Amino acid sequence: MLKLIDVQTCYGNIRSLKGVSLTVAEGEIVSLIGANGAGKTTTLMSISGIVAASSGQIIFNQQRIERTDPDKIVAAGISQVPEGRRIFPGMSVLENLEMGAFLREDSRKTREDMEYVFDLFPILNKRRHQAGGTLSGGEQQMLAISRALMARPKLLLLDEPSLGLSPLLTNQIFEMIKKINTEQHMTIFLVEQNAYMALKLSHRGYVMENGSIILEGKAAALLTDSNVKKAYLGI
Amino acid sequence: MKFAEELKKSFFIASWFILLTFPIMVIQVNTIENIVIWRWHNIILIGLGSFAFSFCWQIFLNKKSSTKLIAPAGLSPLNRLMNEPRLYRPALIIIGLAALIFPFVFSHYQINIMTTALIYVMLGLGLNIEVGLAGLLDLGYVAFYAVGAYSYALLNYHFGLGFWTALPVGALLAAIFGILIGFPVLRLRGDYLAIVTLAFAEIIRLVLENWNAFSFGPSGISNIPRPGFFGRNLTPEQSAIYMYFLLILLCLLTIFIIHRLQHSRIGRAWVALREDELACQAMGIDKTKAKLTAFALGATWAGMAGVIFAAKTTFINPASFTFLESAMILSIVVLGGMGSIAGVIIAALALILLPEYLRVFSDYRMILFGAALIMMMIFRPQGILADMRKKYEFHKTEDSRTIKRDVL
Repeated sequence: MLKLIDVQTCYGNIRSLKGVSLTVAEGEIVSLIGANGAGKTTTLMSISGIVAASSGQIIFNQQRIERTDPDKIVAAGISQVPEGRRIFPGMSVLENLEMGAFLREDSRKTREDMEYVFDLFPILNKRRHQAGGTLSGGEQQMLAISRALMARPKLLLLDEPSLGLSPLLTNQIFEMIKKINTEQHMTIFLVEQNAYMALKLSHRGYVMENGSIILEGKAAALLTDSNVKKAYLGI
Repeated sequence: MKFAEELKKSFFIASWFILLTFPIMVIQVNTIENIVIWRWHNIILIGLGSFAFSFCWQIFLNKKSSTKLIAPAGLSPLNRLMNEPRLYRPALIIIGLAALIFPFVFSHYQINIMTTALIYVMLGLGLNIEVGLAGLLDLGYVAFYAVGAYSYALLNYHFGLGFWTALPVGALLAAIFGILIGFPVLRLRGDYLAIVTLAFAEIIRLVLENWNAFSFGPSGISNIPRPGFFGRNLTPEQSAIYMYFLLILLCLLTIFIIHRLQHSRIGRAWVALREDELACQAMGIDKTKAKLTAFALGATWAGMAGVIFAAKTTFINPASFTFLESAMILSIVVLGGMGSIAGVIIAALALILLPEYLRVFSDYRMILFGAALIMMMIFRPQGILADMRKKYEFHKTEDSRTIKRDVL
């Protein structure tokens, strides 16, 4: 479904991605783990087109998208939950969700999807008229995920959903991600620092260091890999 | 304890003020007789005055912070009034009637002032698209105003174009300039954007001032015709009334279009752009398109206002398009409440009409203006009338759930 071939991305003179290649198949949860500054977020930004890749190929459903504008990429079916949630603070929960469905014309199906996310996160329904900026961190993360789902994407990109959340809330969010994957057959590409949680949830995983992929494999295998254990799991 | 602290603070402020104003208020040099007059009694007046003022100020601030805890912030009494259809409908009718009979009751001079104020209403509403809705801080809005005014003046001078032809042409030219400035600033935001737009306005003004062959330089262009009324010649009085109604109509049109824009897809895209640029991109909004349309549409209204301004004053020169003018329009938007149509209208009328009716204080106009802005930003940072967006209700009914749209 998604394939990155030797993608390089630069910020000015600094080469942040030094040739990243990976694949995400339909229906999978794939996680990308690594330390701070490894280039995980840049990889996501390159896929969503917000930061343009300098070279290499990004192929989504047989189409090359590395030179496509971010809005066209969303229209093609890739939705991103940005790092730090980035919900619209002055808009209500409902308005935030509507912004997620910005490109959609079918109001009936949009309404169905809104009901679906309200079933997924009932707390959002309770807070639907509250301004997004007044929600707690966990609620904001739920809203950010719901907002991305409102675009009815084929591929969901999640950037550090556990950022700044308590272990309990992280658990809850990750359970919901699993649920979205199984119920909606949503393909999910997850970027996480919390390697243990991410790998436990995923089918496959990639380990990133200094802008390159250094390890890849089945999530269960990575969890028991001695290098991963030492470097990221602290065991 | 707190009371004593406030007294101490006020005392300190009073002494500071005495020190500051000492050279102006106490020493008076008489250059004819070469003597220095020491007006010591002024010290006491200033001391007492600033002490009392600062003391009241602090009590006021304390009161404000204590009441804020109880009353929910955001909605002003005016906002609540606007939400009450039984109150605002008659109010609208009264305002409409007043606007209709205004030119027949008041003098020529009054009509002219009101016409000027209405031009600023248009300018304020136009800039409101850029600053209030899309969050693009534009300090050079006057450039588009100048483009409109000069396009009418020059097209009329060279090709004899009439007002009604020049109105859309001026608007279109301003929109093109809006897109021209929009392209280079696509990647900029906030303060950087403000600086670039400021420089852009200065470039336009300097070109108009110095390119004599093109714009007749500082001496400007005179004898610009007033708008024709079906080929008839109007006396200056009739023409003033005609301009007044023309502007009322154009303002209504502006309000209608901007209201529609605000609640359209592009309006929502602008608000998203203002709130979070990255998230706005992640929603699939074309950032380039949203920014450029905001610039182009904002500039369109400045262009139209410029054409009307040229037709009204029949004379224009670059001195009418200084930075102060941009600052004035921006103040209207900020004072009125970013993104709020009614607020911008009230602020435009207040800021243009008050100085005219307070002619006595005209020397202190800018001081009062500055003081009013500072007070507003401290006590009502959201403006006279904060922006109210349409809210969407999500009702759970017995058989199915429906989304009902209503205005809150």
